[in-house]
Amino acid sequence: MTALILRDVRLAARAGGSAMLALAFFAAVATLVPLGVGADLRLLARIAGGVLWVAAMLAALLALDRLFQADFEDGSLDVIALAPLSLEKTSFAKIAAHWLTTGLPLTVLSPLLAVLFGLPAQAIGALFISLLIGTPAVSAIGAIGAGLTLSIRRGGLILPLIVLPLLSPAVIFGAGTVLSALDGLRNGALPLLTAFSFAACVLSPFATAAAVRLNLGS
Amino acid sequence: MLRYANPARFMQLSGTLVPWLGGVSLAALAAGLYLGFAAPPDYQQGDTVRVMFIHVPAAWIAMMAYGLMALASLIGLVQRHPLADVAAKAAAPLGALFTALGLITGSLWWRPMWGTWWVWDGRLTSFLLLLFLYLGYIALWNAIEDETRAARAAAILALVGAVNLPIIEFSVDWWTTLHQGESILRKGGPLIASVYLWPLALMALGYTLLFFTLWLLRIRTEIMTRRARNLMLAGET
Amino acid sequence: MNGFWAMGDYAAYVWPAYGISAIGLLVAAVLVLRAHARAKAALAKLGVKP
Repeated sequence: MTALILRDVRLAARAGGSAMLALAFFAAVATLVPLGVGADLRLLARIAGGVLWVAAMLAALLALDRLFQADFEDGSLDVIALAPLSLEKTSFAKIAAHWLTTGLPLTVLSPLLAVLFGLPAQAIGALFISLLIGTPAVSAIGAIGAGLTLSIRRGGLILPLIVLPLLSPAVIFGAGTVLSALDGLRNGALPLLTAFSFAACVLSPFATAAAVRLNLGS
Repeated sequence: MLRYANPARFMQLSGTLVPWLGGVSLAALAAGLYLGFAAPPDYQQGDTVRVMFIHVPAAWIAMMAYGLMALASLIGLVQRHPLADVAAKAAAPLGALFTALGLITGSLWWRPMWGTWWVWDGRLTSFLLLLFLYLGYIALWNAIEDETRAARAAAILALVGAVNLPIIEFSVDWWTTLHQGESILRKGGPLIASVYLWPLALMALGYTLLFFTLWLLRIRTEIMTRRARNLMLAGET
Repeated sequence: MNGFWAMGDYAAYVWPAYGISAIGLLVAAVLVLRAHARAKAALAKLGVKP
């Protein structure tokens, strides 16, 4: 499985696209929102958790429809499905690779963007942790959508519609983590986010594999 | 139950059921409406309490329809029975409609109290997300050309949504207590006096039977359409 | 009777709520029934009873 993860990461890195695109989108939103909302740092600090979480999530979803598409189109997905490594494990590998090339870079960039919103240090830390724990869930649940829309031409349009409602707990708990640090209260957001993310990562490979399988077989 | 899964049997059974379901539904709605408007205004909400009689049933059907859709999807996936797939597909637009009605009536119900057209009430927010789940499901059905593939993909989506729905509701509930601690919009308003309970129950019954009537009709329509299509294809060869 | 329509000054909320619900359900029922009739007619034209 590590071989598959490394292969996907290498492919993504070579395509150069997805990580840079995601980061650019993330940075663009983080820059534009204050421009649209005004320079009131107190207001920005309050909305930072939500805005940055939503921006990171959308950025991570950007290249998601390509998760399986390249392999599907050139037929290598059929080969992978027949390989000794089960489709569930393959899905997990793809989710991991996706996270490593989008979620993780976004998480790393986030403290820098948090500064733009005037977040105090402990809130920046909270944002970082929440993204670190939460972005795998974005990749995991996004992968289910990618598997389902695999055979649709321009499935990228319907993918966010399917995936975003399912990700609302992540946004709620993720931004809630930042708020809890901001207000100095413990509101249980982070444990809830962790549970959600863990469950998503564990269960998603099964749903993703089922989705891929139905698109491969006829 | 699976005896009725035979399309011919289903058509027979539904054919006799539908007029009855429709008739009783209309009667229940008429009675519910009459009692609803005859009831006195609430001491707190005034006459807006009457919106409860069309909001709560719509919300209830929105949830029930999703449950039925998920159940039919599960049966369709496991048993590979096309009737289950048709049932799931047929339920979705109806579910979406009732969700939308629940949202609109909810907004109108709370507007006098809150002064805005939208309140991020826990239940309304969950409903908004439910509406998106429905729309995504319908979009997926329409986007995949092959019927069987579409059925299976939509079924997976419905099940993933069904598993996620309680989580979504919980997270939204948690979120409202975080952000609106003091303002608790109790579900359905204050404790329901019996003068309100009767119209509510009748409207709920009416809405439920109406849903089933329309659902069965939609399933019948799909079965007949497919049959006509198959006959025409067979005739051409 | 005037008091009935006024709905205690909440008329602007109560009646639209009922109105939109009624229209929504009616339109849905009409569409469903029409589609059903059309499908039935299509089968009848092919000489089959559903």
